[in-house]
Amino acid sequence: MTDQEATQQETTGQEYFDHLIEQDSRVEPRDWMPEAYRKTLTRQVSQHAHSEIIGMQPEANWITRAPSLKRKAILMAKVQDEAGHGLYLYSAAETLGTPRDVLNQQLLDGKAKYSSIFNYPARTWADIGAIGWLVDGAAICNQVPLCRASYGPYGRAMVRICKEESFHQRQGWEILYELSNGTPEQKQMAQDAVNRFYGPALQMFGPPDADSPHSQQSMDWKIKRFSNDDLRQRFVDMIVPQVEALGLTLPDPDLKWNEDRGHYDYGELDWEEFFAVIKGQGPCNRQRMQRRREAHREGAWVREAAAAYAEKTSQTAASALIGA
Amino acid sequence: MSFAATESATTQSAGDAITPEDLTAQGVKADEAVARYAMMLGDDSLMLAQRLGHWISRAPELEEDIALGNIALDLLGHARFFLTYAGTAWGKTEDDLAYFRDEEEFRSCRLVEQENGDFGRTIARQLVFSYYQYELYRRLVNSTDRTLAAIAAKALKEVEYHQDHATQWTLRLGLGTEESNRRLQEGFDVVWPYIDELFLDVEQVAELGNRAVLPSSLREDTMARVTKALEEAHLTVPDVKPAFGSDRTGRFSEQRGYILAEMQVLARQHPGATW
Repeated sequence: MTDQEATQQETTGQEYFDHLIEQDSRVEPRDWMPEAYRKTLTRQVSQHAHSEIIGMQPEANWITRAPSLKRKAILMAKVQDEAGHGLYLYSAAETLGTPRDVLNQQLLDGKAKYSSIFNYPARTWADIGAIGWLVDGAAICNQVPLCRASYGPYGRAMVRICKEESFHQRQGWEILYELSNGTPEQKQMAQDAVNRFYGPALQMFGPPDADSPHSQQSMDWKIKRFSNDDLRQRFVDMIVPQVEALGLTLPDPDLKWNEDRGHYDYGELDWEEFFAVIKGQGPCNRQRMQRRREAHREGAWVREAAAAYAEKTSQTAASALIGA
Repeated sequence: MSFAATESATTQSAGDAITPEDLTAQGVKADEAVARYAMMLGDDSLMLAQRLGHWISRAPELEEDIALGNIALDLLGHARFFLTYAGTAWGKTEDDLAYFRDEEEFRSCRLVEQENGDFGRTIARQLVFSYYQYELYRRLVNSTDRTLAAIAAKALKEVEYHQDHATQWTLRLGLGTEESNRRLQEGFDVVWPYIDELFLDVEQVAELGNRAVLPSSLREDTMARVTKALEEAHLTVPDVKPAFGSDRTGRFSEQRGYILAEMQVLARQHPGATW
């Protein structure tokens, strides 16, 4: 291909891409796409995958101690779902051209980020409820619009993930409901968990719009459909009646219904803490990464064995085919 | 070696299979002898589920987080059935039995209580135990106790997959690299002394006649298949004598106390609470 032909193809590609976005249609893996779009999506989808994987840890922390067999079964199934979400998302990211082992290495090397919320500890059983209700609830608010993301494989992965997430949110709510209608100690445990997870859950939508530099481009590309603050507002409006139904409170003295806006007002969040946690100062950053690296390192001999076995058996199959 | 599974696990759904809640709703009631047997079977599955659940988020590959999690979940399901059924004899729930019995009241075998060790040891334990459970449930479906037969029928389908998983990993690790062969061999050496206990005819089972499966009747088929898998994977059948000291009558491994301390801690901090 000459330079001129390459330029020609890029121009045609850009036109077609713009047309797809304009028409609210889907970009598919084989379509031409701007490098920046590919890069943005690879970062976003792989960060999302990493979050699912790291997010398994705080919940897995309670599998062995879940207080009833039914709760244990539900929690096990939930954490297993998260691993499944990680797999779909890595597959979606791979369609953009970066293999899963490269993405995984970026996580292990600390070059890739994951959702900061998972750097908070799951101290009590009620935290499992709060994570399901608030963290998965915030994730759903974020992810439902992503089902319409312009990149086909990502949007389709999100459809399936959102279905499972809504079960997760419901089980979280149910855990808190049981606790808040249980003994005084159980109710206190529930309230403490909500107090701890409320702020960090609201911060899952990202910094305020004014401080979110990449948002506009993502919205123009129709990857993102709503701004961080819009999604956060939607979430707050959703959880206020839910917390009332639980018989618990949200730890925000400024939270009140604003008749003019038709929304709840809420107080300023601690953004200093948010950025510090992202930079590594959260209660569990090191612990989470250490666990992931250990699992990867200790599993190396297993993966090597599986690869060696696959190689040997494919050779055997090949010899059988050629009658050697 | 052929694998039992011919269709994807994802094509199976709960459908109209029985659930632990159904057992309670149906108002079935076990007599005490059957209940003690059901409790023994449930305890095995519960302990192993507890062990395998620890792998979730720590496995060598994401696919294995899912696979081991799935197996743990199946086993936990079996445990819930057996314990729910056992509890009907004494007016107790599955959770009463799981969370409020002390160490000496459990009847699990020492094999499932062994520590996970590395992935090789876990696979060695899985191979032996899934083959044993398969042979057991394959026979228990003919139990004259209809509830035990129904639980076995449901569990059997799942244990078929557990066998596949263990067999495939035994081959991969056995034939993969020198290191994987060595580690898996070590795994079998460690678990081997605890296999014999699976096949001991304790009185509480023998007295049940056609309602139960006599443990000794499982030995030949289970061990023939385990031995064959080891041979195919270029592993040596360990030349190890059975460990003395347990026959499921209340003597148990050192590990059991730790498993229960962790499993029961929260439930016991809040006796009488619901979750």
